[in-house]
Amino acid sequence: MLKHEQIEKSVGLLIVLTLLTVIWGGLLEIVPLFFQKSTTTPVEGVKPYDAVRLVGRDIYIREGCFLCHSQMIRPFRAETERYGHYSVAGEYVYDHPFQWGSKRTGPDLARVGGRYSDEWQRAHLMNPRDVVPESNMPAFAFLANTKAKDSVGVDIEKKMQVMRGYANARGIPTYTDEEIKGAKAAIGDKTELDVLIAYLQGMGTALKNVK
Amino acid sequence: MSDFVSDFWNLYVIVIVVGSILACAVLLIVQGKATFTPGKTMGHVWDETLEEYNNPMPKWWSWLFVITVVFAFVYLAMYPGLGNFKGMLGWTAVGQHKAEVDKVDAAVKPLFDKYMAMDVKAVAADKQAMEMGKRLYLTYCMQCHGADARGAKGFPNLTDADWLYGGEPDQIKETIASGRMGVMPPHEQLGADTIKDLANYVRSLSGLPNDSVRAGKGKEAFTSAGCVGCHGPEATGMHAVGAPNLTDKVWLYGSSEATITETITKGRQNQMPAWKEFLGDAKVHLLSAYVFSLSQGAK
Repeated sequence: MLKHEQIEKSVGLLIVLTLLTVIWGGLLEIVPLFFQKSTTTPVEGVKPYDAVRLVGRDIYIREGCFLCHSQMIRPFRAETERYGHYSVAGEYVYDHPFQWGSKRTGPDLARVGGRYSDEWQRAHLMNPRDVVPESNMPAFAFLANTKAKDSVGVDIEKKMQVMRGYANARGIPTYTDEEIKGAKAAIGDKTELDVLIAYLQGMGTALKNVK
Repeated sequence: MSDFVSDFWNLYVIVIVVGSILACAVLLIVQGKATFTPGKTMGHVWDETLEEYNNPMPKWWSWLFVITVVFAFVYLAMYPGLGNFKGMLGWTAVGQHKAEVDKVDAAVKPLFDKYMAMDVKAVAADKQAMEMGKRLYLTYCMQCHGADARGAKGFPNLTDADWLYGGEPDQIKETIASGRMGVMPPHEQLGADTIKDLANYVRSLSGLPNDSVRAGKGKEAFTSAGCVGCHGPEATGMHAVGAPNLTDKVWLYGSSEATITETITKGRQNQMPAWKEFLGDAKVHLLSAYVFSLSQGAK
C-alpha cells in the first residue's frame, strides 16, 4: 500500500498521481459533453460565420473584447429582461474558441446583433463617449485605418478550411468550396471596423426574438 | 440537460459518480483504521525548530467527510446529476428561470393590463406609469438617445417638438414597435459644385450665414435634383419617409457647410431597431407614452 510519505518524497510519482486525479475529473466533467446533442448541434437559425464575420470575430479576439464583455446570458430574469433569451449551448457550436468571457466591465454581447444600428456601432467604436457619455470603453477608431484583407483576412481560406474541419468532425453544416473560394471577394475592401461591425450585428440573432 | 447520443453515456456518468463517492468512503474507512503514535514526529525539521507531527485527524473533521459523502447521495437523489436521472425535485435551470419570470409577470401583469386599456396620452399622464416608462427607457433606449433623452449626433433628441416620423402617439408607437430606416440617398452624382450650392441653400432656409449666389442656384437644384420629393417644396420635410424639416433650427447631424455637404454627398441611412418582438406590446405601449411625455411642453 502506498504511503503518504512515499508520494510526498517522490516528485515523479506525485506528478503522475496528480495528473490522474485531474484526468479523472475531466472524464466526468468534460468528456460526456462531446456526446450530448444540446452541446454539439446548432440550434435552429445558427449558421457558420460567413467570411466577413469570421474575420470580424478575429478582430474581436485580437483586441481582447472578451476581457470586458461576456457572451453568455445566464438564465436569470435580470439578465433575460435586459439582454434577451438566455444563451444555450447550441449557439456556440461554430465558436472556436468560444468567447464566453468571465467578466463584465461592459455589457454582455451575446445578443447585441441588431440591437443598435450600424451607424451607432460605428460612432460608438470610433469614440464610445460620443453616444454614451458615461462610457469607459476605449476608442477603436484605428480599426478604420486598416483593410481587413491586409490583416486578419490574409489567410481567410485557410481559416475557413480549419473551421470546416471542426464542423465535419461533428457532422454539422459548414462551408462549401464556393464559399471558401469567394471569401476574399466577400471581404473586399472592408476595413477592420466594417468586419467587426458585421460580426457584432450577427451575434445571437437566432434566438433574439424568442421568448 | 442530459440528451446523450446513446445510453452508454448515461451509464458512464453514473458509474464514475457513484464510484468516486464510494472510493472516498473507502478511503475514509481505510484511513480511519491507520495507527498513529501520538507525539512522534515525521522527522522533518524546518526553520531550526519547526517539526511536523503525524497525529490522527480530529474526530469532528473526519465526521465532516462522512457528512459530505452522505450529502452527495442526498443531493444526487434530489437534483439532476446521475446521468439521465432528473432528480426527485424535478429541478432545472430553465424551470427556475421560468418560475422567476412568472412570479414577476404575475405581479406586474395587472399594471400592464391597466395601462394597455388606457390610451397613450392617458398613460403619459399617469405618474406610476411614467416611472416604469423611465426605467424601461434607461434600460433599452438611452444607449442611442442618451440618459437625458436629448440624443446625440445622428440620434434624435426626444425632448423637443421636432419629429422625423411624427410625434403623435400612434406614430411614436409605430417607430418603437417596427423601427425606422433612414432613406436619404447619396447624391455624389450631382457633382461637388451643385452639392455646395445645395448646402448653401439649405443653410439659408434656417437663416444661417451662406453664400447668397450659391444659395440661389441651390434653390433651383433643390427642385431639379429631386430633393422636393421627400423634403417637400417648402423644405418642411415629410413624416411618412422621415425626411427632416430643413427650415427649423434642429440638426440631426450638424449644420456646418461641411456636414451638410457630407450628408448630401454620402446620404444618411441610420436605423431605429424594431422592438415589438423583443419587448412585447405592453412595454412598447408604456415606452410610447413615456417618449410622448418627454416632448410635452416643448413647443
